[in-house]
Amino acid sequence: MNITPVWAIFIGSIFTNNILFASFLGMCSFLVCSNKIDTALGLGSAVVFVMFCTTILNYVLYYYLLVPLKLEFLGFLIFIAVIAAFVQFVEMFVERFSPDLYYALGIFLPLITVNCAILGAALFMVIRKYNFVQSTFYGLGAGLGWALAIVLMAGLREKMGYSNVPTPLRGTGVVMMVAGVIAMAFMGFAGMLNIQ
Amino acid sequence: MSMIILSVAVMTGIFVALSLLLIVAGRYLANYGTCTIVVNAGAAAFELPGGGTLLKALYDKKIFIPSACGGKGSCGYCKVTVSSGGGPILPTETPFMSRAELRAGTRLACQVKVKQNLEIQFSEVYLSVKEFRGRLSRVRPLTHDIKELTIELIEPAQIGFRPGQYVQIQAPSPDGVIFRAYSISSPIFQSDRIQLVVRLVPGGIASTFLHSLSEGQELFFTGPYGDFKLSEDPNVAVVCVGGGAGMAPINSIIHSLYRKWPERSCYLFFGCRSNRDVFYLDTFQALAREHPSFKVVYALSDPLAAEEQWQGDTGFIHLSADRRLEVNSKRQAFLCGPPPMIEAVTEILMNKGLRMEDIFYDKF
Repeated sequence: MNITPVWAIFIGSIFTNNILFASFLGMCSFLVCSNKIDTALGLGSAVVFVMFCTTILNYVLYYYLLVPLKLEFLGFLIFIAVIAAFVQFVEMFVERFSPDLYYALGIFLPLITVNCAILGAALFMVIRKYNFVQSTFYGLGAGLGWALAIVLMAGLREKMGYSNVPTPLRGTGVVMMVAGVIAMAFMGFAGMLNIQ
Repeated sequence: MSMIILSVAVMTGIFVALSLLLIVAGRYLANYGTCTIVVNAGAAAFELPGGGTLLKALYDKKIFIPSACGGKGSCGYCKVTVSSGGGPILPTETPFMSRAELRAGTRLACQVKVKQNLEIQFSEVYLSVKEFRGRLSRVRPLTHDIKELTIELIEPAQIGFRPGQYVQIQAPSPDGVIFRAYSISSPIFQSDRIQLVVRLVPGGIASTFLHSLSEGQELFFTGPYGDFKLSEDPNVAVVCVGGGAGMAPINSIIHSLYRKWPERSCYLFFGCRSNRDVFYLDTFQALAREHPSFKVVYALSDPLAAEEQWQGDTGFIHLSADRRLEVNSKRQAFLCGPPPMIEAVTEILMNKGLRMEDIFYDKF
């Protein structure tokens, strides 16, 4: 049982324990899709939605199916399958009922299947022994934190387009360095609120 | 023991449930009813169930838009203009489009999904592309990984094409039928059959399929496609540069050319790695003895092994071309081979006075 209050988990997962800057999960799409704020917003909101829903689904499957049967070790496989199937389903649903949203988010959905931050959220939920309400808010917060991180980075990269970056660092190099600096800034909040 | 059975059962149960959910969702959600596609402002129109890609829909209606990659959005050949019903252009398409094409509403047919009524335009030429049924009449290994396939036409019995054009071979794959482009290697005066030169690509779907076929089996293809255009002026010299299976269009061009213009000047540069990749050299040397205006140069790029015998050039093929070609602007070039070779040779040819519009190339 985890006694951290829900509000602390929610705020903490966005800022102090930001899943991207504290655990460095979901780096691949973070590096590739952070060129433009528009793209970053699209991918970020898709991640928020998928992370929120799959954390709930995975919570239910884990605690109401795997734990009673003592099959906790299957967690990894089940989480991945649920995430992949959910993403497929959402893609079909959005394409059918909201073409505009599909053009904004749809092309990012396949990318999310392999975004390890989403699997990471499901695993942290288990490791930290969150209850249902805590997990729900953790999933939402971690998604928002990831979206915040990629939008911040996209904003900086749009600015960096005008600055004179040394040749060997252009592209991924300078992005990694900037990500490190932002990560340290986020760590600065850790003293205020550190969630487990 | 019961633990293993239980875990397998749970995994299977969950995976089956998820798959069922997706199948049901696919049945009800990805169902778009009947859509109408109008081609070239009424030149053709047809109705079909929505949900698939435009490229596939046109193919089902026997309209064969060229597509070398088979609908993966990586070759950029299947351009059509969509004037209504296509939705906004996708990020997967923009790299293939110029500004003018973006303004005109050009799309890649393989990326446009048929979800409502569409109005599209494309070149009239594609309406004349046919589907052929043929029988593999001869298989001849040329090197350790390249085979020459001769396909006799059954239906239609004749094919008309320009030298250097290509066909799209239909091959089965786990995800359904796919198409891959292969240049016609036989000369244009043979209209009842075509020859292909196929290199076995490890893991390649179509090349594995073609290499596994035996004589007598039937196969389907569409064509001809391609913008290679040999000049009809006999004073325009020709230079062909190829590597590997890039021999096919070049073979067709050279043999077609000397049948019609026995005196026309032509250079052939062909790059191989080592002796075991060399093929057709005897045929071309015989042709060169018959037609003194034909020059053939093969070059090996790998260093020779200790006891290896080789009479021709060594080093990369663009260096051979650089050494032998004189500056001449009345010349056409046909290049077929890997992208770095094409780029190197294009640069050399521009230095030798060729204009960009006289250089035709096929990168693969």
